[in-house]
Amino acid sequence: MDKNDIAIIKSKRKSELIGKSYTTACGMLIIILTLSIFFFIASKGVATFTTDHVSIFDFLFSSTWAPEKIGSRGQPYVGAAIFIAGSIIVSIFAVLVSTPISICSAVFMTEISPKLGEKFLRPAIELFAGIPSVVYGWIGLSILVPFLRNTVGGLGFSLLAAGIVLTIMIFPTIASVAADSLRVLPSDYREAAYALGATRWQTIKGVLIPAALPQIFTGVVLGMARAFGEALAVQMVIGNSIKFPQGLTDPTITLTSIITMDMGNTVAGSAWNNALWSMALLLLLISFGFIILIRRISKRGD
Amino acid sequence: MKAKTYDRIATAVFYTVALSVMLLLFLIVGYILYKGLRTINLNFITSSPKFMETGGGVAPQLYNSFCMLVLSMVITIPLGVGAGIYMAEYAKPGKITNFIRLCIETLSSLPSIVIGLFGFLIFVNRMKLGFSLLSGAMAVTVLNLPSMTRLSEDAIRGVDPSIKEASLALGASKWETIYKVIIPSAMPGLITGTIISAGRVFGEAAALLYTGGMTTPELRFDILNPLVRNSPLSPLRPAETLSVYIWKVNSEALAPDARQIADGASALLLIVVFLFNFFARYLGRIFHRHHEGSK
Repeated sequence: MDKNDIAIIKSKRKSELIGKSYTTACGMLIIILTLSIFFFIASKGVATFTTDHVSIFDFLFSSTWAPEKIGSRGQPYVGAAIFIAGSIIVSIFAVLVSTPISICSAVFMTEISPKLGEKFLRPAIELFAGIPSVVYGWIGLSILVPFLRNTVGGLGFSLLAAGIVLTIMIFPTIASVAADSLRVLPSDYREAAYALGATRWQTIKGVLIPAALPQIFTGVVLGMARAFGEALAVQMVIGNSIKFPQGLTDPTITLTSIITMDMGNTVAGSAWNNALWSMALLLLLISFGFIILIRRISKRGD
Repeated sequence: MKAKTYDRIATAVFYTVALSVMLLLFLIVGYILYKGLRTINLNFITSSPKFMETGGGVAPQLYNSFCMLVLSMVITIPLGVGAGIYMAEYAKPGKITNFIRLCIETLSSLPSIVIGLFGFLIFVNRMKLGFSLLSGAMAVTVLNLPSMTRLSEDAIRGVDPSIKEASLALGASKWETIYKVIIPSAMPGLITGTIISAGRVFGEAAALLYTGGMTTPELRFDILNPLVRNSPLSPLRPAETLSVYIWKVNSEALAPDARQIADGASALLLIVVFLFNFFARYLGRIFHRHHEGSK
């Protein structure tokens, strides 16, 4: 080996080292970022319980939201039950309506007419996914709310309006996951069912959907997570009144709406502001919970 | 015979649902474009918003959206591609890699408002960047990093292993192979993926409310010094984007023609996002054809 070769090897080793260190650092950055999001949101979010001495039980289950008042034990009234209930009800509504539509669309794309599905329905679903959430909110506000006001009555700003907007927003998520899960099923399943004399509907209902069910459920959970975390589109149409809804046409409020509206107008360190950070922490923990749930499902599927 | 009847009914139901979904998309997009295109004209995209009077435009917001897009992609691409290379080439199966995957999944499912609040705590307050273009761009980076990483990893894994082996056999080091062989072959996937995630930056609003800010200073295009707050090149000016503006116009509505402004801005936003998608798809097809042709 002459000197030239050694120089080349050295420079190769150096570039290898730089490249490997840089990409490893990028990988580690993702870990650091995730942990610091948890750490910083949590450090702000626990102030309600440590500095303001609100019990976790009261925060989760009390419906008294009067953060400017001080109770007998010196603690502020920051019960978040109404916001939590609003978020849960509206996301469950969206998932219940969106799931059957999504599954039907997925079946259409993979089993009924793959040709039309590939050409029209799949691009349509991708476009649905591309529409920004403020645009969904604006359509909800300018078409859906007046429509509901004129047909079912009330203000129009309602749980129903938010539920419908979210239904459309999470449809692409559930539909594309469901379509992928049906597409990867071995064709033996279909052939065996047809060979036994089953009709197409019997095959879909009895064989294909049950086989794809764990993956479809993953899609549903992802949709649920998206609905739970959506802020602006919901805030624009739900009415934002701090009370439990008595029916679908009543306005109510969600965790994300109150954070969006009040974070900017409250003083940092006040009980009001701290409660908003606690809600952000709650959102964070819930969305992490959804991910853990998805991991459980896919592990069982393997 | 009963089974056949059910089968026919089911088929009809599937067709109806599929048609309704497409009809709904057509109606939504049609409505936005119909309402919006009446508002969009040269004046609308070249003039500033007006306070308490009609006829305001969205020029600064549109400009800010593009600045946000460019700045956030400048930060996201090197980090995301780097992490993607790590996951595809260097990461060994084990606890750490598994943990990174968990982090990627968690990050990508976080509500964007939560990421906005994180940006507010760290970039706006702790790093003292204030409500600024840079804070907003970094928040959007956090939002986009998981998908950028995932698509880079997929694009790199999709490269034919024989190309990689050939390069290694010729005596190239691993990094040389990645840098000179794998990345160029993965380029089509990287580019189309990047364009689609760029479209997402354009539509993002919740993560920007408390990072990029909800105001925009009067931009003076004669000041090119990026350290001056009014300079269009300054990364430290508050930068309200088009999508944030749509939200603000609706909730505050200081202009009497707020509805028309929101109509026009929504249509504009939709057109730009769709252009990104079509462009990505078009490029994807060209790359595909090129690839097929070279075989």
